[in-house]
Amino acid sequence: MDNKIKVSSSPHVRVGSSTSTTMLIVCIALLPAGIFGVYNFGVRALLHIIIAVAVCVASEFIFDKITKRPVTINDFSAVVTGFLLAMNVPVSLPLWETALGGAVAIIVVKMLFGGLGQNFMNPALGARCFLVTAFAADMTNFNCDAYSGATPLQLIRAGESVNPMAMLVGRTAGTIGETSVICILIGAIIMILFGIIDLSIPASYIITFVIFMFLFSGHGTDSTYMVSQLCGGGLMLGAFFMATDYVTSPITPLGKIIFGICCGLLTGLFRCFGANAEGVSFAIILSNLLVPIIEKYTIPRHFGYVKPEKEAKK
Amino acid sequence: MIGTFKGGVHPFEGKDLSKNKPVTELKPGNELVYPLSQHIGAPAKPVVAVGDTVKRGQLIAESGGFVSANIFSSVSGKVKSITPRRVATGDMVQSIVIENDGQYDEVDFVIVDDVTSLSKEEIIEKVKYAGVVGMGGAGFPTHVKLSPKDPDKIEYIIANCAECEPYLTSDYRQMIDDPESLIEGMKIVLRLFDNAKGVLGIEDNKPDAIKKLTELTASEPNITVMSLRTKYPQGGERQLIKAVTGREINSRMLPADAGCIVDNVATLVAIYNAVKYGKPIINRIFTVSGDAVSDPKNFYVCTGMNVADILAAAGGCTAEPEKYISGGPMMGFAMFDINVPVTKTGSSILAFKEDQVVRHPATACINCGRCVEVCPEQLVPSRLAKFSEHNDMETFEKWYGVECIECGSCSFVCPAKKHLAQSIKTMKRSVMVARRTAAAKK
Repeated sequence: MDNKIKVSSSPHVRVGSSTSTTMLIVCIALLPAGIFGVYNFGVRALLHIIIAVAVCVASEFIFDKITKRPVTINDFSAVVTGFLLAMNVPVSLPLWETALGGAVAIIVVKMLFGGLGQNFMNPALGARCFLVTAFAADMTNFNCDAYSGATPLQLIRAGESVNPMAMLVGRTAGTIGETSVICILIGAIIMILFGIIDLSIPASYIITFVIFMFLFSGHGTDSTYMVSQLCGGGLMLGAFFMATDYVTSPITPLGKIIFGICCGLLTGLFRCFGANAEGVSFAIILSNLLVPIIEKYTIPRHFGYVKPEKEAKK
Repeated sequence: MIGTFKGGVHPFEGKDLSKNKPVTELKPGNELVYPLSQHIGAPAKPVVAVGDTVKRGQLIAESGGFVSANIFSSVSGKVKSITPRRVATGDMVQSIVIENDGQYDEVDFVIVDDVTSLSKEEIIEKVKYAGVVGMGGAGFPTHVKLSPKDPDKIEYIIANCAECEPYLTSDYRQMIDDPESLIEGMKIVLRLFDNAKGVLGIEDNKPDAIKKLTELTASEPNITVMSLRTKYPQGGERQLIKAVTGREINSRMLPADAGCIVDNVATLVAIYNAVKYGKPIINRIFTVSGDAVSDPKNFYVCTGMNVADILAAAGGCTAEPEKYISGGPMMGFAMFDINVPVTKTGSSILAFKEDQVVRHPATACINCGRCVEVCPEQLVPSRLAKFSEHNDMETFEKWYGVECIECGSCSFVCPAKKHLAQSIKTMKRSVMVARRTAAAKK
């Protein structure tokens, strides 16, 4: 009888939710944008999603096996990475390039740095930036059956007019999951309701971006321009799904806001003055690199904090 | 107005198991065990020898220092031995073992007809003699608490009626069955502090207790009842002070620094019994609960009684329990042996069919920050646990690790099921030892 009694340090109760339920909720939150992507761009978009998820999960499984570590695919984090990667590629991208991106995301960006919780860069975004650099032409080719030509952001940059309403709904060219602002916001609301994310990063990101564009874009007072900048490109997907990645964003409350501001500033900078129309992915992964230093200077003050000099006087 | 604090968690309450059943008085068995350390501070010193005959209510061990407390026999009988015995925390503690003669011959307690005739010094002396300590679990000697440096600066006497630990209902039963003693205890403490008012802080999951105490204190201008939001750890001393007064204290401060003195329900009742009836702590209300217990309920028990006997009095267990807990599930101790005595601070035994901790193996931290959201001390538990695992004391202190109140909210909420509180507690102990050593060298 005695050896059946369990002894452990307190507390002796735990919540029901776990890492895998968290990741599953993120997957569910991605579904509206994913389904819209398939509707918007056709079955090939679904192929991208399936391939990216399958390659990510398989890469993690194989890596765990080769390095003789416990297999961790049942935490569903690789599924999230694959799903996010697929959302970030244009539908016309050769499927093998998506697969390569998935392998890079998991093996290079995530597992080589120690696996879940250890990577310093968002794996899906790291892979996207790899693909943009390696296959620049394919990654910026937004011609497909449904749309031909440029994305709204490229059109704005060229000085042409865009339809903000179509951008809100998502009936535009772009990567698979970034076009529909409405679907992304539905996903964001799901994550907020389940307590997966809070608004500190997305809000500080978007507000900073708006202020930056108002001051430096030269079209600050043009509301159509501003709405198009907000709805265009990967801003919404990035702000709600990528910048909020737990592992690669600060854990301190103030740090989250500073991180969001960094993302907003860099995105504005890249979009206004960069060579590309888009800047979200690079803005976020550069901000990812700043996380340790942000955390170092934003250690939260504990409950009942008294300024040291004040206490010394006592 | 409902008082609260930032952070906290909502574990399953489980109070319905035992809260609505009347308290049953339980007669002690043949052997009673009185550990000499059942309070914070120096162990008490035995004043009886093996073979001595003692009466119920007789002093058997006296306070061993300024911060220490007297210990009394709860039965009449013979001192059988003075020997190390296992206590609920698992330690072996020097204890006085008394054989119960079943007669319950009592010493003559000094009853005071009019407590208002007592001077402040007399009140504190009576509390001190009766061996009153914080009965919520900490066991800090109450007479020390009632003697702050500057009594005129005390503005609030807070009765900790939160009982925020799941499953525990002994304070609740006290508030429902005998709220008068609680209020009388509060009135006695208020007599010590001229500028203080009394506040009974009760979580709003006990509306009947709030109603009852509000009615009973309606004619007391100096005592108010305050509803607190039901949230763990609302009964944590610092969190309670914050909820009631809006003031914050840290690990280097005492409640008195915020003008407060906090005592829990059982302690205030013990103060009343000590001052009015001259009765030392020889009884307490004890919760037996958990999903493995046949008939979960509260018992009125004697100190020194065997906890396993009390569990048996509740009908024993319906199934082989996997975990026994002394205290609540958030901060209590897991026991590997339930043949331990009831002490002044031991409020309960819980028996659970399944242990949730072993069922959830720890995985990698994903930095989700839920521990930061719930930490009532506004710390970053996941980082503190990491510094602890890396044995990095310096960084641990830089991130204010010593402020941890060990409430366990972080471990409770962690989706990766990491044992955050355990790691932090371990490092906190090391820091405390290092600080004491450094202070001793000076």
